[in-house]
Amino acid sequence: MRRKAMVAAMAVTTFFGVAACGGGGGGGSSSGSGDANAGLNSRGPITYVQGKDNSNVVRPAIAKWNKAHPNEKVTFKEQTDQADQQHDDLVQHFQAKDKNYDVVDVDVVWTAEFAAKGWLQPLTGKMAIDTNGLLPATVKTATYNGKLYAAPQASDGGLLYYRKDLVKTPPKTWAELTSACKIAKQKNIGCYAGQFQKYEGLTVNAAEAINTAGGTIVGKDGATPTVDSAAAAKGLGNLVTAYKDGDIPKQAITFQEEQGRIAFEAGKLLFMRNWPYVYNLAKTEGSSKVKNTFGVAPLPGLNGPGASSLGGHNAAVSVYSDHKATAHDFVKYLNGKDFQKFELTQGSLAPVRADLYNDPALQKQFPYLPTLLTSIQNAVPRPVTPFYPAVTKAVQDNAYAAIKGQKTPEQAVKSMSDAIKAASSS
Amino acid sequence: MATAGTVPRTDAPKAPKKRRKGIFNVSEGGGAPILVAPTLALLAIVIGYPVVKAVFMSFQKDPGLDKATGLFVSGGFAGFSNYTHWLFERCAQTTGGTGPCPQGSLGAEFWTSMGNTVMFTVISVAIEVVLGMWFALIMHRKFRGRGLLRAAVLVPWAIPTAVTAKLFFFIFAFSGIANKLLHAQILWTGDAWPARFAVISADVWKTTPFMALLILAGLQVIPDDVYEAAQIDGATKFQQFVQITLPLVKPALMVAVLFRTLDVLRIFDLPYILTGGGGGKGDATNTLSILVIQQIRQGFNSAAALSTITFIFIFLVAFIFVRFLGANVVQTQDEQQKAAR
Repeated sequence: MRRKAMVAAMAVTTFFGVAACGGGGGGGSSSGSGDANAGLNSRGPITYVQGKDNSNVVRPAIAKWNKAHPNEKVTFKEQTDQADQQHDDLVQHFQAKDKNYDVVDVDVVWTAEFAAKGWLQPLTGKMAIDTNGLLPATVKTATYNGKLYAAPQASDGGLLYYRKDLVKTPPKTWAELTSACKIAKQKNIGCYAGQFQKYEGLTVNAAEAINTAGGTIVGKDGATPTVDSAAAAKGLGNLVTAYKDGDIPKQAITFQEEQGRIAFEAGKLLFMRNWPYVYNLAKTEGSSKVKNTFGVAPLPGLNGPGASSLGGHNAAVSVYSDHKATAHDFVKYLNGKDFQKFELTQGSLAPVRADLYNDPALQKQFPYLPTLLTSIQNAVPRPVTPFYPAVTKAVQDNAYAAIKGQKTPEQAVKSMSDAIKAASSS
Repeated sequence: MATAGTVPRTDAPKAPKKRRKGIFNVSEGGGAPILVAPTLALLAIVIGYPVVKAVFMSFQKDPGLDKATGLFVSGGFAGFSNYTHWLFERCAQTTGGTGPCPQGSLGAEFWTSMGNTVMFTVISVAIEVVLGMWFALIMHRKFRGRGLLRAAVLVPWAIPTAVTAKLFFFIFAFSGIANKLLHAQILWTGDAWPARFAVISADVWKTTPFMALLILAGLQVIPDDVYEAAQIDGATKFQQFVQITLPLVKPALMVAVLFRTLDVLRIFDLPYILTGGGGGKGDATNTLSILVIQQIRQGFNSAAALSTITFIFIFLVAFIFVRFLGANVVQTQDEQQKAAR
C-alpha cells in the first residue's frame, strides 16, 4: 500500500517538472483571430511592448509622444533582453487575445509567423502606411503573402571588417577574399570568420552565402523550399571549402558574434563578417589592438557587393487592440524620420530610411553609414516564412554538418529542403 | 483545538474516552480528508489540470497552413501520430503519408537526445556518487575548520545553474582557460565528446556538494559504538567501510541517487547555455528537455506528446528505483535504520 502511494507521489513530482513545459503554451488552435475590421477609428491609451530597451531609446521617445498626445498616452511594457523569451511572451499574450498588447515590436523573422496566425493587423486601407523612402529589403521582412503586416522600425546588415594595414583595398568578391588569405598565412593569423556556431547566427551566415551565390531558401509562399539548387550548394560550398582549406580557422566553428569580435580586436583575424555594433567597440575598447588599422566594406559577392542577411525589428498592431487608430499613429511615429534619427544617434541602431544614411552630419558621427547602406540595399531578408523556427533549424543543422565536412554541400541543401518540407506539410 | 491546551492535567488519563468523534478530531484520523483537501485541490489545479491538458493536446494535430489564405488552421484529431512521429522518427511528407525525418528536423533528434540524456545521467551520477562519498567521509571527520570546509563545499551548489553554465562556457571557450592549462587547441563546444565532457564536468562540479551533503546526513546517524565494536573485533578501516558504513548509509545514498537521477534526466539549462545542445553533428549534447522547448516553438501539440513520453520515461525510472532498488523517500529515519540493519 505504502509503496503504491509513494509511486503515485513520485508520478506527480516527476510530471511537475516535465509536463509544465508542454502544458504551458495552452491550446494550439489558431482559428480565433480577432476582427481585423473592428475598432479602426477608436482612439485612447495604448501599450507598446518591446524587448529590453538597452540603449534608452524607447522611454524618451514615448515621453515625447505622451506630451503631444495627452489623451492617447502610450505605456511601455518592457520584456527581457532574450529573443526567445520575447517571442514566447508575445505568443502567450496573443493566444490569450490580450487587448493590452496594442503595438508590439516583432523581430523580422517572426513577422510572417505571427501574421499567418492571424495576430497582426494588416496595414492596408485605413491602416496603411507610406513605404516611400524605406529601404526595400526592410519592407520585405514585414510583408507576408503580398500584404504588409508591420512597419519596419530598425534594421541591421552585415559588414566586412578588414585590416587596412594588411590589405590595401577590401575584397569585392569571395574569390578575391580567399586569394588574400595568403597574407594572413604569412602573418600567422586567421583569414576569415563569421558566426559559425550552430545557432541563429549560422543561419544568417549560411543564408548570406546561399543568397550571394544566387540561391534562395524558400519560395514566395513561405512554405515551399527552393534551397535544393546548384546555386545554393555553390554558395554553401564556398564556406565549406574555406573551412577545409583553413582560410576559416578551425576554432571559428565555435564563434558567435562576440568571440569573432574579440579575435579580430586581438589582431588574430584578417577579415571578419559582423554587425555594425562592432565598429565603435573596436575603435574605442582598451583591449583593441586594431583601433586605427581596420576598415569596413560591404560583404564580398559574386561581382559586386554580397547579399547580407537582415537583422532588425518591425512594429506591428495587434488585431485584438481596442484603439487601433492610436496604435496606427504610434507605429507611424516609430517608423517616422524623427524617431529613426533619434534611434541612430541615441542607440546606434540602423535606421530603415535611406536618406538618413546620406546625411553628412550623421556620416561624420558614424563613418560606417555609407557601407551599411550598401549592405542593406543589397540585403536579402532571412526566409520570410510562418515556419521560421523549423526553417532556421533546417538551415543551421545542415550548414553546420557541411562546414564540418560530414556532408557535401549538395547533400546539405537537399536535407535542408527535406526538413523544410517535413515542417511545412505537417 | 484551542480547548485541548486548557484541559486540566488531571483529566488527561481519561481523555481518550471523552474525546469527541468529529471531523475535526485529527488524532483519530477522521479529519484527515478535510485537512488535506485544500492541498489536493491545489495539486489538482496546478498539476492535475496541466497534465490532463498536455495528454489531451498530445492527441491533437498541430495547426497547418491553409495554402489559399496563408493562415494557420487548427489540425484536428491526430490519434497516435504525434507519438509515432517521435518514437519512430517519422515525419510528414508533401506527398502525404510519412517518411523518415531528415536531418535538420527536430523529429530526427529524438533517439539521439534520449541517448544523450541517459548517458549524462549514468556518467554524472556515477561520478557524483564516488566524489560525493569521498567528500562526505572527509567532512564527517572531526578536525579544525570542519565548519569552514562544509560551507566551502556548498559554494558550487549555491551558484545558480545558469551562472555555472556561463562560467564553464568561458572556461571551455577556444581561448579559454581550459585550453591554456592543457596547452591544447580543443574545440570544446564543437566536437562531440569534448562537448559532452564539458557538460558532464560542469554538472559534476555543481551537484557533487548536494550528493555529499545527503550522504553526510546519512553518515551522521550511524552510531559510533558500531565502529568501536568493529575496532575491538579487529576490523580494518576498509572492512569497516564496506561492512558498516556502506550498508548503513545505503538508504540515504539511494535517496540521493534517486533525486540526482531524476534531476539529470530533466537536465536543460546547463547544456542549453553551455553548448546550445550542439557539438558533433550539432546534436551531441541535446537532451530531451531541450528538444521539448525547441518543439514548443514549432507546435504545442507535438511538444505535448514529447513531454508525455519524457514523463512516462522518467516515471518508469523512478518506479524502478523505488520498487526494485529500495530507494525510499517517505520512510522515517528510524525505519531506514531498522531496514538497514
